[in-house]
Amino acid sequence: MARVTVETVDQIARLAHLSLTPEESITFARQLDEILAYADSLQALDTARVPPMSHAWTSEVFREDEPREGLPGHRALEAAPDASDGLFRVPRVIG
Amino acid sequence: MSALWELSATEIAARVGRRSLSAEEVVRAHLDRIAALEPRVDAFLHLLPDRALAAARGLDAALATGLAAPPLAGVPVALKDVLDLEGLPTTCGSRILEGYRPPFTATAVARLEAAGAVVLGKTNMDEFAMGSSTERSGYKKTRNPWDLERVPGGSSGGSAAAVAACLAPVALGSDTGGSIRQPAALCGVVGLKPTYGRVSRYGLVAFASSLDQIGPFARTVEDAALVCSSLCGWDPHDATSAALAAPDFRAALAAGVEGLRIGVPWAFLEKGVATGVLATFREALRVLEAAGARVVEIALPHAPHAIATYYLVATAEASSNLARYDGVRYGLRVPAPDLERLYGETRDRGFGAEVKRRIILGTFVLSAGYHDAYYGRAQRVRTLIRRDFETAFAACDAVATPTTPTTAFRFGEKTEDPLEMYLADVFTVPANLAGIPGASIPCGFAGGLPVGLQILGRPFDEETILRVGHAYQQATDHHRHRPPLAA
Repeated sequence: MARVTVETVDQIARLAHLSLTPEESITFARQLDEILAYADSLQALDTARVPPMSHAWTSEVFREDEPREGLPGHRALEAAPDASDGLFRVPRVIG
Repeated sequence: MSALWELSATEIAARVGRRSLSAEEVVRAHLDRIAALEPRVDAFLHLLPDRALAAARGLDAALATGLAAPPLAGVPVALKDVLDLEGLPTTCGSRILEGYRPPFTATAVARLEAAGAVVLGKTNMDEFAMGSSTERSGYKKTRNPWDLERVPGGSSGGSAAAVAACLAPVALGSDTGGSIRQPAALCGVVGLKPTYGRVSRYGLVAFASSLDQIGPFARTVEDAALVCSSLCGWDPHDATSAALAAPDFRAALAAGVEGLRIGVPWAFLEKGVATGVLATFREALRVLEAAGARVVEIALPHAPHAIATYYLVATAEASSNLARYDGVRYGLRVPAPDLERLYGETRDRGFGAEVKRRIILGTFVLSAGYHDAYYGRAQRVRTLIRRDFETAFAACDAVATPTTPTTAFRFGEKTEDPLEMYLADVFTVPANLAGIPGASIPCGFAGGLPVGLQILGRPFDEETILRVGHAYQQATDHHRHRPPLAA
């Protein structure tokens, strides 16, 4: 199986929106390698005809589509670090 | 006569309900106890004394004018800080949520308050419930009341320690891989993880959504049963909550264990269990046999793969759930000139090492090229683990194991090696993967530290677990021992 390098960790960190320090990347690469080596025990099991399980229990999720009050916009914005005009503010994204 | 802080929830509710004791007196006694012991135990992140006293006085006034006594009248409760209370802090043990005040209340909390319970405060936890010692809290360490140099377990360590130290008779926690049962075992209290779907998770900060479940801590099984009857039930706000009414769990307790078959997966317990823990477990089985239960051997052949399966499934789900903490909608923001750096620097500063490690692992196992080999395979092994339990429950009515392989460990003992910390959950994780209910019951001491007896049941059969636990507590007095903390 593939092993985790510092480059892999940096690439994954970018996907996960994490800015790691070089020390963190080195530590995580070593630790993830150990964890995945431990998880290799699963490779020995024959799962070819075993269905995947995503949930223990699936309830009846359908209900009538009835309109009801949601959280008012101003309340949803209360906890925002920066908001104005009823919107979340972020740095400019498009040039 | 017992001090008010020693009373069980059952006794408090009965006495407050018939007005021979006021809710205010009960709440004051617990707040005084917290003031005296909290500096040593550090179970709480936020205390809500004014709110608690106001709620208690409101209840007393309502009872005086003829309100029918609610089932949890005047019962003080501590909440793991992963559960929302509208307008009050929820940190989830993380700096990234420092100062966050949610705009709604968790259904589980609303149900307890509607039943007359009084919230004392929010308890410490491993950041985002990721840990087995509460050392991963972004705020502080919580100490085990039985030995202040040792961890209380985790992730719900604050709730377990609060109940053990009699700072509250009951508390709520959440259990994704053992985070209720493992700290309950290490602190010598009862902890119950109900069946997946039993308790609404609306207002619970999500960690791994196919595994997370809310449940109670208490000092007696009877109290856990009492709280559970108010806690459980369908909620339109949670699509994964089961459309089943909550039974009167206390009514099931009297049935005893005569003729019940208790399965023990001996082969799974062969390796890694401390001698003192195993001896205490064997003695607990003898107690249950003497009460009329029959102990039979069962096999859980895939259980040794549960930790590996869990850390692939749970981290994958966590990497997705924790994507929402990006400095835009709530919590911490580290200002930066562009959005990518704002995200990255906010998350790097706000999250602790364990959370980052799990986000990286979860993102890795979901990434192109590795998904099938890791996440996909883990989902299939999860099916095998569930099938093991289905087979086992054809031959027994409940499964028993030690809750943890060791008693409470010292601070720092497992923080350097993440994998070693993960193995603290070896006996608790299978129930989350299978979605079945499980409890930890205090079953004695090894080297002066509490040992937990884990009892697992069929889906939606918490009653059998509670029957076994109650029969055990009727026959023993371990749950009456208190940690050596002079107020």
